[in-house]
Amino acid sequence: MADINLLPEIARQVRRDILRMVHAVSSGHPGGSLGCADYLTALYFHYMKHDPSNFTGHGNGEDVFVMSNGHISPVFYSVLARSGYFPKDELATFRKLNTRLQGHPTTHEGLPGVRVATGSLGQGLSVALGFAMQKKLDNDSSTVWALTGDGELQEGQIWEAVMFAAHNKLDNILVAVDFNQQQIDGSTEEVMGITELVSKFRAFGWLTIEMDGNNWDEIHRILPQAQNHLGCGKPVVIIMKTEMGQGVDFMMGTHAWHGKAPNDDQLAKALAQLPETQFGDY
Amino acid sequence: MKSFEILDNKDTRSGFGAGLLEIGKQDPRVVAMCADLTGSLVMNLFKDEFPDRFFQAGIMEANMMGVAAGMALAGKIPFTGTFANFSTGRVYDQIRQSIAYSHANVKICASHAGLTLGEDGATHQILEDIGLMKMLPGMVVINPCDYNQTKAATIAIAKYFGPVYLRFGRPKWPVFISEDTPFEIGKALMLNEGTDVSIFATGHLVWKAIQAGQQLAEKGISAEIINIHTIKPLDVEAVINSAKKTGCVVTAEEHQMNGGMGDSIAQLLARKLPTPLEMVAVNDSFGESGTPDQLLVKYGLDHSDITAAAERAISRKN
Repeated sequence: MADINLLPEIARQVRRDILRMVHAVSSGHPGGSLGCADYLTALYFHYMKHDPSNFTGHGNGEDVFVMSNGHISPVFYSVLARSGYFPKDELATFRKLNTRLQGHPTTHEGLPGVRVATGSLGQGLSVALGFAMQKKLDNDSSTVWALTGDGELQEGQIWEAVMFAAHNKLDNILVAVDFNQQQIDGSTEEVMGITELVSKFRAFGWLTIEMDGNNWDEIHRILPQAQNHLGCGKPVVIIMKTEMGQGVDFMMGTHAWHGKAPNDDQLAKALAQLPETQFGDY
Repeated sequence: MKSFEILDNKDTRSGFGAGLLEIGKQDPRVVAMCADLTGSLVMNLFKDEFPDRFFQAGIMEANMMGVAAGMALAGKIPFTGTFANFSTGRVYDQIRQSIAYSHANVKICASHAGLTLGEDGATHQILEDIGLMKMLPGMVVINPCDYNQTKAATIAIAKYFGPVYLRFGRPKWPVFISEDTPFEIGKALMLNEGTDVSIFATGHLVWKAIQAGQQLAEKGISAEIINIHTIKPLDVEAVINSAKKTGCVVTAEEHQMNGGMGDSIAQLLARKLPTPLEMVAVNDSFGESGTPDQLLVKYGLDHSDITAAAERAISRKN
């Protein structure tokens, strides 16, 4: 567990990784990755109970994380590497031939830290519920953490999973919705409105909490509250407001950087806003 | 032609239900989920014995596949149950990504496959499921032929690590495989040795192939009848050896010609041992309502169709 005061600096380094990874292969999804950098840093370096040096796919006896929105793989790979699942230099292989760091996360190449393939949206939440069911069956008191996009909530399977979790009282799962209100074709409200998320989840029988996922004070205030709700008979969702492109001024406030890599000049400008940290570039 | 005694008349789905109960007793890692068809798949036997290991999925097949994947990846051996149509076509992408690509140890158990579903009609009579499932890398595809074989297959797949598609059906059907016949995944079962034509059959049509073999015997034709219960991985050696011996082949299945077992055998023989081949299968058509027997006759899948196909195949030999 990293010192809480170090988390913002780790997240800055993660953001540098994201930008350098997608720039190197001129592809990938920097926008959502930058938005979720603080949250995933908080999870992997402070809140999750896990053992990066002894990764087991089944995750029995430890916290499990499932990232349903697989396209933000750059942030996932960065926090996995930097928390010790694999050497950080391997980040340089992202999306290249024969890499374990495929465009979307997969178990297929045996990358430690990944428990299921995700990328086709709407599926990861159901898989996370499966992990939660196993923990219930085996009296394993650890937590399942899942992350979904907000555009992803347009997938019907998500609402099947939401119904199933409440029906089965899966109160050992903590789901965050990355509520950045942007998707490929525009804002979520333009493309397919997902309004009243809190009411929707409550109507399905979930406990809901709202959180600014790019504000460290709020993350440290809300996440312990969310954890306190575990075991109360209902699944818990955090509607996590984030800014797509957070940390790079010209990438914020737009959906333009959802799936676009910066060119050389843009990378230089972006990195200038996120100076290298004591943890060093890969 | 060997004679085959009809031991009983039972539906293959009941064989699945009995097998699931049996393997549930043997292995505590076995869990089961069903999408609101517990009685239809005879999963109530397991549910009653192991209520804590049975999960009602509701009419949410996509989520069921995902939850099963998660439980499998966490170390359980989940069996999912619903009709074949909803086990495959409806949830193909979930199976592809969360199960096959993630190599999740899920047993996808699918009932009411094919025309013999009968009166419910084409919406439920999936004839494309074998093709869909066999195309997925690493997926094992099994279509047993009677109650006893379905029960044995259900037990066998729990002992194999990896995703499996197990296909069975609705109607009562002759039971002719003895209870003690071992089931080995990927190993074809020789039912009758012959010299003039090889008949490779799967699922309900294995019994039809036996009836055809008897018809052919009356005409002085010696048919070799091989039960291909595992369509993938195909028993390459059994197919090649028999085709080499008889010099012509008939395939018989309750599935589309495109993408079925016959398609796998034709592809193999075209590459390794070009041999005259005739296919008994549905030819690019949907099914319809009717009794199983009526439908098999109308769509050209009856034993007399297998007999005619064998005669055509023999006439094409050099």
